[in-house]
Amino acid sequence: MSKILLSNVAKRFGDKAVLDGVNLSVDAGESVTIIGQSGSGKSVTIKCIIGLIRPDSGSVRIDGEEVTGMGDRDLNRIRSKVGMLFQGGALFDSLPVWRNVTFALTQGKVIAAKEMRRIAEENLERVGLDRTILDLRPSELSGGMQKRVALARAIAPKPEIIFFDEPTTGLDPIRADVINDLIVSLTEDIGITAITITHDMASARKIAHRVAMLYEGRIIWEGPRERLYDSGNPYVDQFVQGRAEGPIR
Amino acid sequence: MKGVQALLIVVGRFMLQLFAAIGRVTAFAITVIWRGLTPPYYPARLFEQLARIGWFSLPVVGLTAIFTGAALAQQIFTAGTRFNATSTVPAVVVLGMVRELGPVLTGLMVAGRVSSAMAAEIGTMRVTEQLDAMATLRTDYYRYLIAPRLFAALIAMPILVLIANGIGILGGYALAIYKLDFNSVGYLKTTRHYLEADDFRMALVKSAVFGFFIALMGCYHGLKTSGGAAGVGQSTTQAVVSTFILILLSNLLITVIAFG
Repeated sequence: MSKILLSNVAKRFGDKAVLDGVNLSVDAGESVTIIGQSGSGKSVTIKCIIGLIRPDSGSVRIDGEEVTGMGDRDLNRIRSKVGMLFQGGALFDSLPVWRNVTFALTQGKVIAAKEMRRIAEENLERVGLDRTILDLRPSELSGGMQKRVALARAIAPKPEIIFFDEPTTGLDPIRADVINDLIVSLTEDIGITAITITHDMASARKIAHRVAMLYEGRIIWEGPRERLYDSGNPYVDQFVQGRAEGPIR
Repeated sequence: MKGVQALLIVVGRFMLQLFAAIGRVTAFAITVIWRGLTPPYYPARLFEQLARIGWFSLPVVGLTAIFTGAALAQQIFTAGTRFNATSTVPAVVVLGMVRELGPVLTGLMVAGRVSSAMAAEIGTMRVTEQLDAMATLRTDYYRYLIAPRLFAALIAMPILVLIANGIGILGGYALAIYKLDFNSVGYLKTTRHYLEADDFRMALVKSAVFGFFIALMGCYHGLKTSGGAAGVGQSTTQAVVSTFILILLSNLLITVIAFG
């Protein structure tokens, strides 16, 4: 059984069909990367899976359970298996770093502060940060550090599934590779299921078992990462090689 | 004929939009109250908002009240000299402050300070995906962010208005005694005579209603923000303008119902 299964998922915003029948299946422990142009619906796809956006039609299943139309209580049960790294970090700027990192464990309450600080420190170390930033506010951190704190927040509750929305954007190449290594270790060592959205082809080649390309609201190609530069699909070729000329306008 | 038809279309469209907006806000209010009254509760967030809305509004509310009370005393005195009615100063100051100026001015000042801040803060959280992040972290932002603001405004506003009334009356008293040469004992006696429990009750009802609208509009416009910094700016303006209108409108309604 697929860990995550999308069947014919469609979503319109006004007149624009952002998703037009997306089909995607992700097995447990698999790392799938979704590539595609800006505005092609990659983030909307992830938000449909996690129940933040309700698709107009189609089905989204996690562990066999239908997510679309689920009530708050069931959604929260599903979300307890899920972690998400948002594109801009989406850290809570009114809370210090340690409370951000442990938010899923405390639900925003100040409980077991000593234990929570220890958990925050542990998770910050995994993303290459240390305890000196525990009490800082997100606004006091650089963009790259914010991203890594957000990553620490996503992995702190030990989820079974993680969604990464452009995890390496805004990081220098070395930091980006640290994050790539972390994502690889999460999937290879712990067996986490991961869906990553990225424009960073080096990252896609390193972290993905399988790559899918989203174009005009549909998955137009999917295949193993080794085939990314040898897909035989003109759209994928143009995209991965970053050419202005080609079928994509 | 065509002109009339075009006018009717415009009026009809406006009315439809107005009723749709009223419906959305009502549904939002019911959701916030329902979720706020069911667990999990966030008392720490409620106290934090009480401090933000109540305690930190005190200086601006106090200043507004003392200056308005004093100005009111001067105006009534100047007008009163024409009809030999300067003795009405304490009565008009106390009635004017408690029934109208205390609640309305406090409401408007707090709306300017708090409603805008709520819309900006929640709007920024919306456009930076913090609200989505909160939902994925299994925390209901209606319970965590919105309900504490609404309940805190409901509690803080009546207290602020009581304080504003007191300070406003004091402002009128100070000006009357030190500038207009009123007799202190006589002024206080008249003030006490005109202080009625019913007026205070109405002031409390008004202020609770205003507090409700202040938080409701701030949060509502914050939540429906879209489109980056410009969207946040727009939500902030809409929050303040709609709160002002609702405060003035509900003040009129309550006053007419109470005295009409």
